[in-house]
Amino acid sequence: MPVEKNTDEQERCTRRETFVKLGLGTLGVAGAGAAMFGYEFLSPNVLYEPSPITNAGKPDRYPQGTVTADPKNGIYVVHGPEGFYALSAVCTHLGCLTSWSPEQGLIACPCHGSKFNAEGVKTDGPAPRPLAWLRVWLSDEGDLMVDRSTTIPARQFLRT
Amino acid sequence: MAKALEAYVNELRETRIWRSVFRSGMGATNLHRALAVQQNIFLHLFSVKMRRAALNFSVTWYLGTLSLATFLILVATGVPLMLYYHPSVPQAYADMKDLQFVVSAGVFLRNLHRWSAHAMVLLVFAHMFKVFYRGAYRTPREFNWVIGVVLLLITLFLSYTGYLLPWDQLAYWAITVGSNIMSAVPLLGKKMRFLMLGGNTVNANALLRFYVLHCVILPLAAILFIGIHFWRIRKDGGLHTGEAKSHE
Repeated sequence: MPVEKNTDEQERCTRRETFVKLGLGTLGVAGAGAAMFGYEFLSPNVLYEPSPITNAGKPDRYPQGTVTADPKNGIYVVHGPEGFYALSAVCTHLGCLTSWSPEQGLIACPCHGSKFNAEGVKTDGPAPRPLAWLRVWLSDEGDLMVDRSTTIPARQFLRT
Repeated sequence: MAKALEAYVNELRETRIWRSVFRSGMGATNLHRALAVQQNIFLHLFSVKMRRAALNFSVTWYLGTLSLATFLILVATGVPLMLYYHPSVPQAYADMKDLQFVVSAGVFLRNLHRWSAHAMVLLVFAHMFKVFYRGAYRTPREFNWVIGVVLLLITLFLSYTGYLLPWDQLAYWAITVGSNIMSAVPLLGKKMRFLMLGGNTVNANALLRFYVLHCVILPLAAILFIGIHFWRIRKDGGLHTGEAKSHE
């Protein structure tokens, strides 16, 4: 009867292997589910961040040829010779807040020394891109509105 | 006086209570010494014997032990600091200032925590350089080097997450810059940044996530890997002394 015993043992091994595979498969599915669950849990569905749309007030607050910084909202409102436009004040290098220097007539980043002109074009430093031009429009009340979350191609001016 | 004290301590070590805690008992034999190490949950990570050469200053400069010492100081100072610190905006900054100017011994604990953090990063790097240049990472200690790299990353991430907690200008912009560097990772960068900060900007969610990482997740990970690191020293044949191997 040794042959019979042998096949019996083989069968038992196969059954055990089947259960191991079943167990590992179940663990795999559970692990993938837990990963999805964790990912969803860690991604906030509601953010209590400030609105990207800023009411910058009446256009006549900004005289011709001025750059006005709004550091709280991270934007510049510029009234250039060709009209109004808004620039993002967030440096395109690593996200520091730039500041406008009226004496030098340029926008400078305090973190790594990038410099931009009043149209956001980089003149110096490590920034890889010019400052973003932001969507600007007039509200029904005639206020200047800026949307930080929408960039537009450079040199699109708003004439009032 | 010293004799009387010694006699008293010896008497104490023979009491039933003491013997219930330390069961190896007194004795100046190697067996007793070995048992004293082997039967202690903390010491049993280490080997019961070591080479005399491994104790020489020149072998290790004690850099691993010093790294552990700074870690223990950081735990001992960090836990009391948690009692006065709220990880919320803008309370965190005010709490940090209170620790400096209002809380008794607060400035001592905060500064000790800060300096130890700097020292730990320095010592961990020095430890790795020492191990590297002495060739102590070689077989059979390769895997303990890998554990060491994990511990270096945990150390750096502890340092980085602690950086945000004062919630001052330096903290805010450092984490802004650091998280923007992270978003340069191909494909996953932006998503990783969003998950780490819990939002699009460094804000209340980011402060809370960094606080939990800094005070719970990363210290637990560090303790786990430090345990493995020490245990592997025994398993890999003790400290590398640079002496000729016996089987060669």
